[in-house]
Amino acid sequence: MAYVPYADQVHELHDPHTFLTKYVWSQDHKVIAIQYGGIAIFVGLIALGLSLIMRLQLGFPDSFNLIDPAFYYQAVTMHGMIMVIYLLTALFLGGFGNYLIPLMLGARDMVFPYLNMLSVWVYLLSVLILLSSFFVTGGPTGAGWTLYPPQAITAGTPGSEWGILLMLISLGVFIVAFTMGGLNYVTTVFQARTRGMTLMRMPLSIWGILTATILGLFAFPALLVSAIMMTFDLTLGTSFFMPAMMAAGEQLDYNGGSPILFQHLFWFFGHPEVYIVALPAFGLVSDVLSAHARKNIFGYRMMVWAIIAIGGLSFVVWAHHMYVSGMNPYFGFFFATTTLIIAVPTAIKVYNWVLTLWEGNLRLNTPMLFAIGFIFTFIHGGLTGLFLGNVVIDLPLSDTYFVVAHFHMVMGVSPVLVLFAALYHWYPKITGRMFNEQMGKVHFWCTFLGTYAIYLPMHYLGFLGVPRRYYAMGSTDFIPASAQDLNASITIAAIFVATAQILFFVNIFWSLRNGAKAGGNPWGATTLEWQTPDTPPKHGNWGAELPSVHRWAYDYSVPGEAQDFTPQNVPASLVRSVEDEPHDEQVIK
Amino acid sequence: MSIYKSVTSKPWELQGLLGELTPQPTFAMPSAKLALILFMTVVTVLFSLFTVTYYLRMSLGDWVPVASPPLLWLNTAFLVISSILFQRAQFMLKKSPDANIKVLFSVGGVFALMFVIGQLVVWQQLNDRGLYVASNPANTFFYLLTGLHVLHLLGGLWVWGKTSLLLLSREPDSKTALSIELCTLYWHFLLLIWIVMFAILANT
Repeated sequence: MAYVPYADQVHELHDPHTFLTKYVWSQDHKVIAIQYGGIAIFVGLIALGLSLIMRLQLGFPDSFNLIDPAFYYQAVTMHGMIMVIYLLTALFLGGFGNYLIPLMLGARDMVFPYLNMLSVWVYLLSVLILLSSFFVTGGPTGAGWTLYPPQAITAGTPGSEWGILLMLISLGVFIVAFTMGGLNYVTTVFQARTRGMTLMRMPLSIWGILTATILGLFAFPALLVSAIMMTFDLTLGTSFFMPAMMAAGEQLDYNGGSPILFQHLFWFFGHPEVYIVALPAFGLVSDVLSAHARKNIFGYRMMVWAIIAIGGLSFVVWAHHMYVSGMNPYFGFFFATTTLIIAVPTAIKVYNWVLTLWEGNLRLNTPMLFAIGFIFTFIHGGLTGLFLGNVVIDLPLSDTYFVVAHFHMVMGVSPVLVLFAALYHWYPKITGRMFNEQMGKVHFWCTFLGTYAIYLPMHYLGFLGVPRRYYAMGSTDFIPASAQDLNASITIAAIFVATAQILFFVNIFWSLRNGAKAGGNPWGATTLEWQTPDTPPKHGNWGAELPSVHRWAYDYSVPGEAQDFTPQNVPASLVRSVEDEPHDEQVIK
Repeated sequence: MSIYKSVTSKPWELQGLLGELTPQPTFAMPSAKLALILFMTVVTVLFSLFTVTYYLRMSLGDWVPVASPPLLWLNTAFLVISSILFQRAQFMLKKSPDANIKVLFSVGGVFALMFVIGQLVVWQQLNDRGLYVASNPANTFFYLLTGLHVLHLLGGLWVWGKTSLLLLSREPDSKTALSIELCTLYWHFLLLIWIVMFAILANT
């Protein structure tokens, strides 16, 4: 059988006719993307609520009877796990990956639409299993989002009855969903690009999503392995991770297992997970910055290679999360070195973003503000990472609020700012309407300044030695009383930022009906998703014929050309130069 | 364009339809095959991680090795035969699209089913010898690794079942031919995984 490239094959598009096949059991990547996004944002809001519960306790201890230590730890655990896995991973890859991959590459859909649909429903199942743990005896697990054994499955830890089991099952189900989606994304990127779309003509969003997906495919098995083994320890009484130990005055049946083994497995997944979240954010923000700076991205090839290098390096740094676990100091030396090496490609990316802005024709609209805000928070969180990557600095700071501040800046606030940038940037394409710009800007400033009010003081608390994970400080001599005032102010800032998010939801729902019609390409962007015949794109995306790609994704403000952007599907023969243009005044307009 | 050439190109300098009117997928193979290869890579990572944890856990002192039941050799033979029959069916189909491979392909799957049943019997034998899941980490790993392998095989058998039904109901077309090719690839892969797992279990 002669081999026919995927994009050339004739595909029957099963046009959905009923409400159910169009919006519920849909195989259309755009609908699936919105389903992924909707579920992820929904659980994200629950996690946001949980963080406020923590903050109320920390800012105003003993004021809320409802928040007992068990509930506090359950809130900590569920907040962390939901934010990292069920919100960020799902929204970047399931949401934006699904929406953008076929559109940016000129494909009609994912290569395996049915598998794609299964993926989102299995993801929903994992979310439901996770949330069901709020309603079982003992509530959800309170073991901390890292679920370290032996504590996680020993009686006395909140949720050791059912919560931890449901958490492990939910993670397993999520990994199945992710694998189905991930195989689809990678195959689609490699096989289904339209004519002319070479790998190096792909927008950086796709490079970020592709690399993150590959990382996920290789890293999630480690989480699956640890989840399976811990489930065995929990339900069958095996001793993979459980040492011989006493609990509540009784000798348990476990013997000889290694809790450190779990930590290695967990962080072998956990560190790449940071980049599973960060790399799509890097990609998306590059495209937003370039489009609104009206300038090509600076150092495109370096940006691609940096994404790949960061992806590769992320697999050899995991033990920097374990400096205080008592491992061999030579290990610490090795992992500190690899960790600091990651700063090189990361710094390349940051310089390139800043140089993209340099002398650009900046349009400071809402998506651009969020994208520039990201550069600030990411540099900030990245620099504290350099502190913590060194063993000698990490040891005293490891269990303090400095670490909380660091990882929230670098993988909490930064990716979330990119998510907002991306949601605002692609909102006109997804819905066909413009959002309210003023409301968007207010949302940005409240979020950006508010998060600084939350996390900047936390660094200082960390230097004071305020320990993280504690329900209450008790009487601690070395922490001055003023630390409590700082904690109260952080809580007020957190409530403020959380409330400000209402603006976002009001904006996107209000604009659905009342926003101005966006047209096909309101930003004047070059990438293919802005060149669809319909907005929002219809089933099959491209009408009768697939687009052809004639140039890279960043032809902004090319000298001598009449327009300040040339879409990827415009051939050289159709590009108007300044001389060709009869009415110069109109061009300036 | 090779991948190396492609990632070192300067896209801002090149204009025009590269590769003329043909789209250029990165790998000249059907999408399903690429997805399967990716999936097998993921499964390899999974089993590699289990192997690493196996050796780490073994070094912790309370390890009592499991003497592998001789039945495992017979089971291995079943899986080898299954793989050979699949390969034979695929060869014949490649030579002539009209070849009658129904019996070969179906019997191939039956041998894999016999492997699965054989593994369950091995579990029963271990259980009868008092080697329970939780009594020693070596036992736990034995059940875990064999069980996980069987689970992956069951996934393959599901596809085999669907393909067999297609084969019985109509003449093989390009779609069934691809299914058969992918089944064969997956079978060889699971055979390889099994041989490595068997070697590890038998030698420690």
